[in-house]
Amino acid sequence: MDWITKWFGKGQSSKDSAKQRLKLVLVHDRATISPHLIEALKEEIMDVIRKYIEVDDSGLDISLDESGDSVALLANIPIKGLRRNSNPANSM
Amino acid sequence: MLSKVIVITSGKGGVGKTTTVAHIGTALALMGRKVAVVDADIGLRNLDIILGLENRIVYDLVNVIEGTCKLNQALIRDKRVGNLYLLPAAQTRTKEAVEPEQMKALCHSLRETFDYVLIDSPAGIEGGFRNALAGADSAIIVTTPHVSAVRDADRIIGLVEAAEKGIPKLIINRLDIEMVKKGEMLDQDDIVDILSIGLLGIIPEDPAIVTASNRGESVFNNDKSKSAEAYRRIARRIEGEDVPLLDLDDNHSFLGRLKRILTTNIG
Ligand SMILES: Nc1ncnc2c1ncn2[C@@H]1O[C@H](COP(=O)(O)OP(=O)(O)OP(=O)(O)O)[C@@H](O)[C@H]1O
Ligand SMILES: [Mg+2]
Repeated sequence: MDWITKWFGKGQSSKDSAKQRLKLVLVHDRATISPHLIEALKEEIMDVIRKYIEVDDSGLDISLDESGDSVALLANIPIKGLRRNSNPANSM
Repeated sequence: MLSKVIVITSGKGGVGKTTTVAHIGTALALMGRKVAVVDADIGLRNLDIILGLENRIVYDLVNVIEGTCKLNQALIRDKRVGNLYLLPAAQTRTKEAVEPEQMKALCHSLRETFDYVLIDSPAGIEGGFRNALAGADSAIIVTTPHVSAVRDADRIIGLVEAAEKGIPKLIINRLDIEMVKKGEMLDQDDIVDILSIGLLGIIPEDPAIVTASNRGESVFNNDKSKSAEAYRRIARRIEGEDVPLLDLDDNHSFLGRLKRILTTNIG
């Protein structure tokens, strides 16, 4: 009987749509990073960037962007100016 | 043996945490282990009535924590099982009556006497869940094969890992083999694939569970119950034994095949 209903195009079984939908929604659910982690991430990113570029710490914004079925880490870092000597090896 | 403190939790409510704690606790006790089951669902006491011990409560968990009584005064021994003890939740208090640090201390004292401490967690991701998690070494997540329960389980798994309690183990409850065979219910492979944690066991949908809890008994009194065997196997796995998964499909058994032949010939 099962194959007959499938043959006549009742389409996907409900468990398959359950699985697909769950997999998609969990990509988004899992993409929440704790505020604590975001702060730590910010600090470290800024430490690296400061070696090369003069940045405006107050304007810094790091967030997760969810669009469609993918998630991206977005960082918006306003620049004050480039360092004259942007080779970090020299400044150390 | 080094005692183990395990929290049984779920995220979504009503998936069978309390029933699972009662039965795994009983199974481990019947195997000769000394077991304490702790009802951490403060304000919504339930483990007592599932175990049939509701008439014997004098003191509760909050009394112990506040020092109104000694721990052993609050523990209720299940005489039918022998090695099983219940620490009931307070019914007229709220979760705010308990702090995670106090739960840690309580679990620490229970370790001295018991091989296993099983903590029945409330649903949700807030204070009550945090308290239940605080004193545990590890966690068991219960889910049903329903999309909402699986989604919430995923959330809880993340929180358990973030609390540095290791990767929890999974119990799938209320699996309906007939629906699975029709492709109308997520099966164990789907759920394990989605949640990517290890499977501790599968408990079938079983009317015997409702009957037993109506009476305040366990399904172990019912020899024919599939769920009883499922719980026993889970208990053995917790003990470290390598036990195969229970075959839930009756049609694979001789009686099942016979039944099917008879019914197809008649109907
Ligand atoms: N495998 C099963 N087959 C049939 N009925 C079940 C099964 N497991 C649990 N139940 C029933 O489901 C109901 C809810 O179970 P239970 O109270 O254990 O869930 P819970 O997760 O502890 O709920 P809460 O989140 O409210 O604490 C009960 O009536 C119980 O008898
Ligand atoms: Mg419960």
